[in-house]
Amino acid sequence: MSEFFHMGGYAFYVWMSYGIALVVLLGNLLSPILLKKRLLRELARREQRSRRP
Amino acid sequence: MLKFFHRMASPKYFYQFAGKLIPWLGVACLGFMLAGLYDGLLVAPTDYQQGDSYRIMFVHVPAAWMSLFIYMVMATAGAIGLIWHIKLAEVMAISSAHVGASFTFLALVTGSIWGKPMWGAWWVWDARLTSELILLFLYLGVIALYNAVEDKRTAARATSILALVGVVNIPIIHYSVEWWNTLHQGPTVTKFDAPSIDLRMLIPLLLMAVAFKLFYAVVVLMRARCEILQRERNSGWVKELVRASS
Repeated sequence: MSEFFHMGGYAFYVWMSYGIALVVLLGNLLSPILLKKRLLRELARREQRSRRP
Repeated sequence: MLKFFHRMASPKYFYQFAGKLIPWLGVACLGFMLAGLYDGLLVAPTDYQQGDSYRIMFVHVPAAWMSLFIYMVMATAGAIGLIWHIKLAEVMAISSAHVGASFTFLALVTGSIWGKPMWGAWWVWDARLTSELILLFLYLGVIALYNAVEDKRTAARATSILALVGVVNIPIIHYSVEWWNTLHQGPTVTKFDAPSIDLRMLIPLLLMAVAFKLFYAVVVLMRARCEILQRERNSGWVKELVRASS
């Protein structure tokens, strides 16, 4: 198992690459989720304002 | 089939259809990615020249392939939007830009991390690396231009033209390793001969490539849904949706 994490001496380079890949992928997923939430909130606020006399 | 395409051109139907499609694509993506990671990190043998450092390939190469693929999708969708004024094509084009930029960034960074132990340098100004960096700037330019123009229809037209001009860079990236003497190695898979790579390394690479494609599909649909909400905010069905969600 420790041999697996050691990556033949290239652990730093290999795991850094996979780590950055994970961050980029998660960021890609998170950003539209947050964007949609913000949009719906904004649109709801706009709707309320327009209904007020 | 024609009816299907006709309905898909309607933002409302597309929004609903994409919403149903995303979970399935997501599950498929996760399956391919886990299989690819297991195969690439545990099953594939150590390279006789590069040791285990070559395993960076399983994220680097799919990311680089996707950076070119997404650019072509973006430019094609942009062209369709320009010619036939299909709103949905404009939406797909701009939604692709962010994912494309992030994959280009990933390809550059993982390449840099791979270059340090193999070439002894984080960065060299060789043709492949430089043209890929220009691709990143093209993506960023498209995003910045789109955000700079207030009217989204005008913005989409302007960015589509920029994206189309940038297509000239795509063959330069692809053939850079053949046209110039680069430090970057030549292609081992995307060429007309049989791939010059061990099958046990090729299989996880292809698994990861499929996973990245599915991932792009998931994210571009999520982004397209947001873009549609924004553009259609004054239409009845969006107002209804907002009312239901709040």
